[in-house]
Amino acid sequence: MAKLRMNQAIALALAEEMERDDHVIVLGEDIAEAEGSFKTSEGLLKRFGPNRVRDTPISEMGFMGLSVGAAATGLRPVVEIMFIEFLGVALDQLATEAALMHFLSGRKLTVPLTVRASVGSGLGFGCQHSQTLERWLLGAPGLKVAVASGARSAYGLTKAAVRDDDPVVVLEPRPLYGRREDFEPGEDAVISLGTGELLAQGTDVTIVALGQTVATALAGAEEAGWSADVIDLRTVQPWDRELVRASVAKTGRLVTVEENQFTAGWGSDVVSDVAANCHGDLSAPPLRLTAPDVPVPYGTALEQRYLPSAEYLADQVGLLLKTGTCPRPWWEGQ
Amino acid sequence: MSVTAPQLQSPRERRASLQASRSERYARMVEIRLMEERVLALFGEGLIPGTTHTSQGQEAVCVGIAAATRPTDTVACTYRGHGMALSLGVTREAVLGEILGRQIGCMGGLGGSMHLSDPRVGLLPTFAIVGAGIPIGAGAALTAQVLGNDDVAVSVFGDGASNIGAFHEGLNLASIWKLPVVFVCENNQYGEYTRIDRTTPVADIAVRAASYGIPGEVVDGQDIDAVEETVGRVVARARRGDGPTLVEAKTYRYAGHSRSDKATYRPAGELDQWLERDPITLFGEKLVAEGALDRARLEEIKAQAASDLERTLEVVLASPPPTEQQMMAPPTATGR
Ligand SMILES: Cc1ncc(C[n+]2csc(CCOP(=O)(O)OP(=O)(O)O)c2C)c(N)n1
Ligand SMILES: [Mg+2]
Repeated sequence: MAKLRMNQAIALALAEEMERDDHVIVLGEDIAEAEGSFKTSEGLLKRFGPNRVRDTPISEMGFMGLSVGAAATGLRPVVEIMFIEFLGVALDQLATEAALMHFLSGRKLTVPLTVRASVGSGLGFGCQHSQTLERWLLGAPGLKVAVASGARSAYGLTKAAVRDDDPVVVLEPRPLYGRREDFEPGEDAVISLGTGELLAQGTDVTIVALGQTVATALAGAEEAGWSADVIDLRTVQPWDRELVRASVAKTGRLVTVEENQFTAGWGSDVVSDVAANCHGDLSAPPLRLTAPDVPVPYGTALEQRYLPSAEYLADQVGLLLKTGTCPRPWWEGQ
Repeated sequence: MSVTAPQLQSPRERRASLQASRSERYARMVEIRLMEERVLALFGEGLIPGTTHTSQGQEAVCVGIAAATRPTDTVACTYRGHGMALSLGVTREAVLGEILGRQIGCMGGLGGSMHLSDPRVGLLPTFAIVGAGIPIGAGAALTAQVLGNDDVAVSVFGDGASNIGAFHEGLNLASIWKLPVVFVCENNQYGEYTRIDRTTPVADIAVRAASYGIPGEVVDGQDIDAVEETVGRVVARARRGDGPTLVEAKTYRYAGHSRSDKATYRPAGELDQWLERDPITLFGEKLVAEGALDRARLEEIKAQAASDLERTLEVVLASPPPTEQQMMAPPTATGR
């Protein structure tokens, strides 16, 4: 067993994969000498040297493009994008080039590229450094998208991403970097991309969460007078339809807890799948708990208001169970 | 030594006074230095959320630019923008209030340290994405060109930003369309924790201008007169319709990249070397040598700035953080 912070778990996963396969390289801004803005590449430069661990200029389009080219010709690059927003300047290389290269090569080339990025709010960084933005990447066929919810899943998803023959994006919620989790590193901890995990079992409702909201869902369910299946989706593209559908067939109710704004969140996909495929099982309409459709505010107190909290989740689910209808979100009043 | 109550000047007045007098420029540089030092201290006290990027050591560049331009000109600047905002005339309350996330801030406290703005003095919202402001500044110059007025734009960015695509695309477009824009690269020697020579193969970023067929100039960024003269000259050139220029101001960031960064990656002695050419000291000595001010007056200016800052902080701390209702206001201009 190891009790690791999430950033340590990521560094460990990268080191193990670099050890296992010398085609794995890592690159990004301040990842080598400085060992990463969030210390997710601690020890890598010392251990694997500057040929495989490279600091880049502030040139996201350039180093993402280089990584796509390197991946298509034999390497397994791991690119760090410090904050997900910076992916904006490199999006063509990822969503249009990397994602489609296998298809466009007549399915001959593979692009085993891993892109890691920090995401999320809660640390007061303001609206351009606090989004989750997995929504930018959904609907780009050819791309896989995973989101870590702590040290254990970050470790397992990172290793899976590096080994995968397709481009995989692994998103890392920033407030979790410093949190410790007990887990057993090793082969058994590698996560199969596309699978979710049932973290708690109950009978009244299925709560589907992702990244930071996994802890919110577990905390909200713990204090409540109802019981829930809590699912960490872990991968949003592709996502584990079987696991969610089977759970809803048992509980008859679905709630998604999302860090993103309401419009175009990943939960819309989950809700539409369940509405279409589990209609007969549902005893209440599916409910989405999200942030409101406004930019992430600066400042600690408002930012906490902005995010769905455990208490809010407990209240909203309670209302759903009591009334059989979706309660209004807090910003619309009751 | 007499210290007076702060005069409540509007941003335009603050800009005008800076343009009118050299001693006011000195005072503004001192104001920026004290504010930045205080910001780092306040961050340490947990009063500033998230992160903050300060500009101690770089005061001559932003004050020089403000002196060489007018309030109808547009400035696109970076997250390291507290000094630029104060230089252009944004009030201390609006700047410090935003950094502390208070309603009195220029964005009502919803934006934060990286997002300062005031259209009354030409400051676009400062850019938190490296390079983003470079073409956007050129876009403001496009407005002037299409409308046929003689306003110009200044895009201010760091050395590290000269390696991002937006820099190259922005300069090329500005050149082929002869846009009235001046690109000012604040070369403070580091992009985050990495020395510029590790990421950039040319010693002078100004040489990159040649690729785009525009003039490139290096200026001593610790000498406010040199900055003002150079920027003033190429701004005049742009105003005449003769096109863009890339100016590289060699300067130094005394503090770390952001928040609690101690900058241990810098070689020993480097900071001390730069401190020997401190822009505020250099300018103060020059003003004394010229007979414009005496030493007692320099001290008075510093004392006044310190007292003004204390009062500003009191006012800011009395201002509440933004409300839920303010957060929920739609981000669109139409409200839909
Ligand atoms: C596109 C993008 N990539 C990375 C970052 C993270 N980042 C913020 S500041 C910075 C360094 C910028 O260095 P420089 O341009 O020299 O400006 P300075 O901070 O020295 O003023 C980096 C890498 C960012 N904000 N945007
Ligand atoms: Mg720099």
